[in-house]
Amino acid sequence: MTLLIYGIINSVILALYALGFSLCYGISGIANFAHGAFYILSGFVAWNFMNAAGLPFYLAAVLAVAVTGLLGFLFYWALLLRIRGVPLAELIVTFAAGVGMLELLMWRGFYGMRYSLPLFVRGGVEIGPVAVDYQRLCVLTTGVVLVVLLWFFVHHTRIGLAFRAMAQNERTALSIGVESDWIGSLSLALGSALAAVAAMVVLPLGMMESAIGLEVLIYALAVAIVGGLESTVGMVAGSFIIGFGQVAVARYISAKWMIIAPLAAIVLVLVIKPSGLFGKFKELEERV
Amino acid sequence: MNGEPLLQVRDLRKRFGGVQAVFDVGFELRRGEFLGVIGPNGSGKTTLVNLITGFVKPDAGQVLLKGRNITGKMPYTIAGFGIARTFQMVRLFYNLPAYKNLIIPLCSSRFKKLRGGRYGERDDVAIELLDDMGFERDSLVPYKVAGSLPHGYLKRLDLARALALRPEVLILDELFSGMSMSEVASTLPLLEKFNQEGLAIMMIEHRLKELFRVVDRVMVLNFGIKITEGSPAEVMASEEVKKAYLGIQVELE
Amino acid sequence: MVATSVHRRKKRLDRGIKARTDTIFLIASWKDMLYLLLPRMLPVAILLVLPVLVKGYWGKVLVYACIYGLLALSWDFMAAGGLFSLGQALFFGLGAYLAGILNYYLHLPPVVTVPAATLGGGLLSAALLGSVVRLKGVYFAMITLMLPLLFKKVIETTGAFGGTHGLPSLTPFPSELLTAYLAVGGFLGSLFIFRRVINSDYGLVLRAIKDDDRAVMSGAINIYGRKIQAIFISGAVGSFAGALMTHYYQFLGMSVFALDYSILPVAAVALGGQGTFAGAAMGSLILVPLSESLRALGGLRIAIYCGILIVSIIGFPEGLFHYLARKYHQFERVVEVK
Repeated sequence: MTLLIYGIINSVILALYALGFSLCYGISGIANFAHGAFYILSGFVAWNFMNAAGLPFYLAAVLAVAVTGLLGFLFYWALLLRIRGVPLAELIVTFAAGVGMLELLMWRGFYGMRYSLPLFVRGGVEIGPVAVDYQRLCVLTTGVVLVVLLWFFVHHTRIGLAFRAMAQNERTALSIGVESDWIGSLSLALGSALAAVAAMVVLPLGMMESAIGLEVLIYALAVAIVGGLESTVGMVAGSFIIGFGQVAVARYISAKWMIIAPLAAIVLVLVIKPSGLFGKFKELEERV
Repeated sequence: MNGEPLLQVRDLRKRFGGVQAVFDVGFELRRGEFLGVIGPNGSGKTTLVNLITGFVKPDAGQVLLKGRNITGKMPYTIAGFGIARTFQMVRLFYNLPAYKNLIIPLCSSRFKKLRGGRYGERDDVAIELLDDMGFERDSLVPYKVAGSLPHGYLKRLDLARALALRPEVLILDELFSGMSMSEVASTLPLLEKFNQEGLAIMMIEHRLKELFRVVDRVMVLNFGIKITEGSPAEVMASEEVKKAYLGIQVELE
Repeated sequence: MVATSVHRRKKRLDRGIKARTDTIFLIASWKDMLYLLLPRMLPVAILLVLPVLVKGYWGKVLVYACIYGLLALSWDFMAAGGLFSLGQALFFGLGAYLAGILNYYLHLPPVVTVPAATLGGGLLSAALLGSVVRLKGVYFAMITLMLPLLFKKVIETTGAFGGTHGLPSLTPFPSELLTAYLAVGGFLGSLFIFRRVINSDYGLVLRAIKDDDRAVMSGAINIYGRKIQAIFISGAVGSFAGALMTHYYQFLGMSVFALDYSILPVAAVALGGQGTFAGAAMGSLILVPLSESLRALGGLRIAIYCGILIVSIIGFPEGLFHYLARKYHQFERVVEVK
């Protein structure tokens, strides 16, 4: 029972980490390696709104999401515009920017006990024999709602359809009047805003540290590789595989080895199906 | 002359999502035979090539080379067995000088086995092969960067690259599309010469006039299904083929 | 533009010494010979003399520069085959840990540990990354980014091989001068060998895989085997750098898997220009001394590398080396256009 409940919660946390990253990649083909940095950055933005500007947490959280989204948007126009379409340059630049951000935060001294976000609600509830606090339930709800919303957005709204067109064939999309740069920047804005949402609900569970940024990125990548990029179902499946894997490893072997779970999952999946469990990569399927 | 077929294809099937690209296609190719494959656009010709050469994994069916099952092997393994191909959209190394493009197949273990290519020797072999192909050795053409050559040359370079493997089966995917009349006229005799030396050629082509002049047999595909197979004259007479090509007048001289 | 103004453009002319292609030169005099040899020999000569001249702190910087340079070279070699790595620290860390373990637990001298770590590191890298060579571009980069961080985590949580404390008091090299020459020699040797290899037929195949792997496959070449070979070579060079560093420091810790060793090589190559190795070497010889002189900024160092990396990729994608080479080989003059 504990395994089940904490497995689900852990998986949803992973899904939240990966959501923004996969969405951004799915829409514009930009693998945003600064994802983890945006995640932790939003935490510090919220913290500053609360402690420097004295705003209540809810307001600070909403503002932080907005600010992070805006930063993502600007990030595209400032850095990615000129190297759009060269995947490896995009990758190196986003990665460097992410690491740079994290190092700057570290340098400014943003680590330690002092920095943490408050819980949404205190207290907890007992589900059978297992005690679960409300914050974790909050995480669960947010995750489920976001995934459903996203699925609806991508499949049933105009702009979502434009996104999908973009993901399938950029040139064709261009020729029917979808603006590549707008889509690119919007995807980045959306991706980083989602990272911020994840941060707002998950960060109160622990301390804020810039090292977490890298961890978030790694988990997002692991989920993306296992589930295959650009597929919502795959992403959810990927996070559940890794999430439950971690909890199971922690329970039956040792918490020390938890980190092995994503690696093992990746290797296993790659051996079975290189394009990820739900990947639609025809290229990879063609074994190229 | 030779009883055992070189290449046997049995009931190949491939589905892409909702499209049945190739359905139960089978045929045989003997040493020194020249097979033409025709069919309207989207009839699964290129997929068939990809299935045989290992670039796409078939859902069902078998490919046998000299009785040995090569279904679903990696493309480089299949090429190493002696099935060479050209690409519909030429795939070359545009940043390299033309003759350096041939170095790639010449570095393969297949070539080493056949000839024992040693260091420095490969350049000579490459330039010689290109000379046959109409890239005159004493002109600048073979040394130019491939990206700067006109389309007809690129097509022939692609052919040269396939031939550099000394294959037993050569699969040409719309080699003549985009070539000028004179280029076609100079390439055809070359293919015929290799063919007479025992090379089995499977040729996918839209330029039927040129195709019918050289091939022994023609196979017709439509919607991934083999409609008919036979000598050019038989195929031309077939009602089904006419239906498939509705509106296209084909004249034989 | 105003109608009366004169349009100008830059006209570029190749020097007459180039014959037929980029790599064949026509040499007619000692001057021509010097023209070609000087830019190649001068840096080599300087690097060979430096260890004798420079001692103490800047001697240390020289060794660092060469060690980072080795990593940059190994990055560039993999990149030449289309394998873009964000985790050169993996190679570095593997080499460092292999050398450290052999020295600490088995008390083997550096004469044994360094070659063993080089070879073993190469093999381990090939084994680890060999299973994922079928992944392309972004996916491959993701895996390379994750591996060193996971290694670090594993060592941290399990406490293996000294855990967070590391392994202290390892055997140093006999003398400072020898270390310097090992680093410089390894660096120049790798540079020379890589430049030769990449222009040979073997390197040609590797570069072709980066361009179009399907076309290479249709040439009956096992591209995955080639890629694994490239990873082995590159991993061996990276591990050599790691082993060198371990014995130089006389200490081995988790930090060998740190991001520094992944970011700096990429930054060096981005600054110097990709594909020639000379660019990678140049980049690291500029970046490392630069970052040492900025040591006062402490933690900001990595952020600065990242800044340089971003600026050079966006603003100067050609790279320093390509730029200088072009300037050296061409006349440029401004002409009027009517």
